[in-house]
Amino acid sequence: MSQHVVPRKAYVAVFAALVVLTAVTTTVAFLDLGPWNTVVALGIAFTKATLVVLIFMHLKYSSRLTRVVVAGGLFWLAILLALTLSDFFTRGWLVVLGS
Amino acid sequence: MAEAHTAQGAAHHPALQHHFDDMDQQRDASSLGMWVFLVTEILFFGGFFLAYTLYRHQMPLGFAAASRHMDIMLGTLNTAVLIVSSLTMAMAVHSAATGRKRLLQLFLVATMILGATFLVVKAFEYTHHIQHQLFPGASFRFPGPYASQAEMFYSLYFGMTGLHALHMVVGLGILSVLLWQATRNRYSPEYHTPVEVSGLYWHFVDIVWIFLFPLLYLIGRHAAE
Repeated sequence: MSQHVVPRKAYVAVFAALVVLTAVTTTVAFLDLGPWNTVVALGIAFTKATLVVLIFMHLKYSSRLTRVVVAGGLFWLAILLALTLSDFFTRGWLVVLGS
Repeated sequence: MAEAHTAQGAAHHPALQHHFDDMDQQRDASSLGMWVFLVTEILFFGGFFLAYTLYRHQMPLGFAAASRHMDIMLGTLNTAVLIVSSLTMAMAVHSAATGRKRLLQLFLVATMILGATFLVVKAFEYTHHIQHQLFPGASFRFPGPYASQAEMFYSLYFGMTGLHALHMVVGLGILSVLLWQATRNRYSPEYHTPVEVSGLYWHFVDIVWIFLFPLLYLIGRHAAE
């Protein structure tokens, strides 16, 4: 895609959203939500990262090739995390005879 | 790419390398190259995030106790500083794309000041941790039954934030070069690719912090003793 100048309004809107989400995540940290503390904190982090990637990093306006490369990178990260964690987190599930 | 048939005049832009057809293709190639580098960075940091997840799973109580020693307000302050710096970086790219040299210089300087502010706050935190003997090693002291688990938390903490801070230092170096080149009138609406791809790098470093902040400062506070 040829050059696309993102309007300043979009940057300011993303910035405002990032500030609000940071305030929310810090506030929520002071409440005891049990396991939901982690879920909310990571959910907000993913939302913030997505906003930065799409608008600040122009991925929304980038070529399809660039988007495929980024998706491929994230897929590789998912392999790293999913396969390793599925090993470690399930080690107690089976009793192995003789061990 | 869409406008493949660029006017001949654009093909003679002095910044156009001979192995590219036109400026659009050159810019797309540079941007793609930076993204490929950033993908390797994602996996580089990904290893740290994986290690963190495993050890937090193995040592929930020690990690909770250790993360309660983190100063949540300094963490929030630094998160805000980096978000503002991402905005000023985005505005620097915008200024370069619209040919406003003065604004470009101003936003680059603002981004550098904010990046330096982040590092200063981080240095204060490190000093505080070290004074309280929380640096992993022979002098590590942690009250309560979870000292060795807390030491693992602080090993990951110093490793992850240290690697992140190193990226910030590199980013400040890159921004200095951009500022120098901007002053020498090297950038124009037709050619400002270095500003653009450096922006990608800076935003990526911001994203790493967006994940470090909740993992290290926020989520362990209420885990059961």
